[in-house]
Amino acid sequence: MPETAEKGLNVRDQAELTDTVVRSRGGVLAAARPPTRRRRGRRWHRLISPVALVGLWQAASSTGILPASKLVSPASIAHTAYTLVVTNSPTYGTLQESLLVSFERWAVGFSIGIIIAVLLAVVTGLSRVGETVADPILQALRSIPLLGLIPLFIVWFGIGELPKVLFVMLSALFPMYLNTFAGIRGVDSKLGELGHVLGLRRSEMIRHIVLPGALPQALTGLQLSVISSLLALVVGEQINATSGLGFIITQAQQFLDNSVIMVALIVYAILGLFLNGAVRLLQRKALAWRRDFGQ
Amino acid sequence: MASRLRAVKEQEQSAERRVVSPPDPLEPATAASVRELSRTFGHRTVLDRLDLDIAPGEFIALIGRSGSGKSTLLRALAGLDREVTGQLSVPGPVSVAFQEPRLVPWKKVLANVALGLRAADPEASARTALDEVGLAERASAWPATLSGGEAQRASLARALVREPRLLLLDEPFSALDALTRITMHRLVLSLWTQHQPAVLLVTHDVDEAIALADRVLVLGEGQITHSSPITVPRPRDRDHPDLVALRLRLLTQLGVPAGETD
Repeated sequence: MPETAEKGLNVRDQAELTDTVVRSRGGVLAAARPPTRRRRGRRWHRLISPVALVGLWQAASSTGILPASKLVSPASIAHTAYTLVVTNSPTYGTLQESLLVSFERWAVGFSIGIIIAVLLAVVTGLSRVGETVADPILQALRSIPLLGLIPLFIVWFGIGELPKVLFVMLSALFPMYLNTFAGIRGVDSKLGELGHVLGLRRSEMIRHIVLPGALPQALTGLQLSVISSLLALVVGEQINATSGLGFIITQAQQFLDNSVIMVALIVYAILGLFLNGAVRLLQRKALAWRRDFGQ
Repeated sequence: MASRLRAVKEQEQSAERRVVSPPDPLEPATAASVRELSRTFGHRTVLDRLDLDIAPGEFIALIGRSGSGKSTLLRALAGLDREVTGQLSVPGPVSVAFQEPRLVPWKKVLANVALGLRAADPEASARTALDEVGLAERASAWPATLSGGEAQRASLARALVREPRLLLLDEPFSALDALTRITMHRLVLSLWTQHQPAVLLVTHDVDEAIALADRVLVLGEGQITHSSPITVPRPRDRDHPDLVALRLRLLTQLGVPAGETD
């Protein structure tokens, strides 16, 4: 699982990614295995095979083995990307503007989703009453396939920003909730006993023992939430979009402009890699106490 | 510190049976007093109407075969077992050092020692305590980076900084190597001499009990079956004739006939 997360939103991994999200929504994952630090000197070795693949792709395109109508060449994708950045075309607008719109959608939905998830998990994790009341509902809701909700969302919320943001929000909510809840419940009971012996008050117990103890798994949840919310963004944005990367893709589809679609997908991939890296950085900072993350 | 009296189950119905320990000027108060303490797990009776008094400042070692209820008794005294019946009076603060040091992994050593400490300046007190156990230079280390001995020192510092009247030690040295264990024995004795808490050391190691305690108790059949005071002054020579005789007696008590050891 962490391996998949590591790759980020690579376009070619769409199928695998969907699988990841489904599995992540289907259950709680064990805490992510911490990333082992690669030897710095060998790191560039990992670039050899992807670069070679792109080279082969370019060669196949240039020689005509791979027709441009099916898959455009890397060179023309790069050229399209450059054009989208420097020109503000009436059809597509600029790439960076669209990226900003998409990112904002994601950020708003994701943040709200994560905040609600953490609040819910704290309530259900710390109180049996909270668990009895809220957990069955959440367990029932998470088993509904989110992608199947799109038609209903259009009926309920129209085709504006609201359904898109809500879609991202919900997809971020469940992995985070499930993992944070499990993290809270999974805190070592021996440390609970210790807190009792040390005479910690309930609030101190929560602050010093329970929440920090739940953090590793909560961060695994965060990682899964990033993946699933980005997928939700990609899908949700294509509902009658008038702006953003989803809009670029729908426009390009109409004009049969494959290279623009490829550019947009690559931008999603880069966004995914970037956000994943941010979570990993957060993990490294917040879990410095774990020897395997240690300085 | 207010007297901590945990009345349990049956006493909650009969309040008149509670042992309230008033500070009696004629009789020295006890560090802990246990009457008819029982604990069953399912059909198994682990503690069976056990009586025990621990005098202030007394160093007691409690030995017994594994499963004899040593840790159950310790947990009851620590207030970690609410299923016991009988009377249990532990006036004054209690501290515990567990078999695994139980350092909170996401708190640095100093924060671990200061955790939950109600002192004017918890951090300064914690620093002093770390200094006492010889761990001052690891104050800002993560627990995961400590050696077994260091972690137990930190755990001892955390227990002692609360200035307990009763210090409960639950086999704290059993996972340490022989050399570290000897160092820790010396440390515990020096800390005990300085702070003078009553100590209940649960151990399965007869030699450890003999080296440290004022009184060795044997737990069997849910009760204290044997009690041996030790008057040999510390530091004790392992081969002192009294101690050799006591070791044999204790081993026999534990059901290990002479000649089967060493």
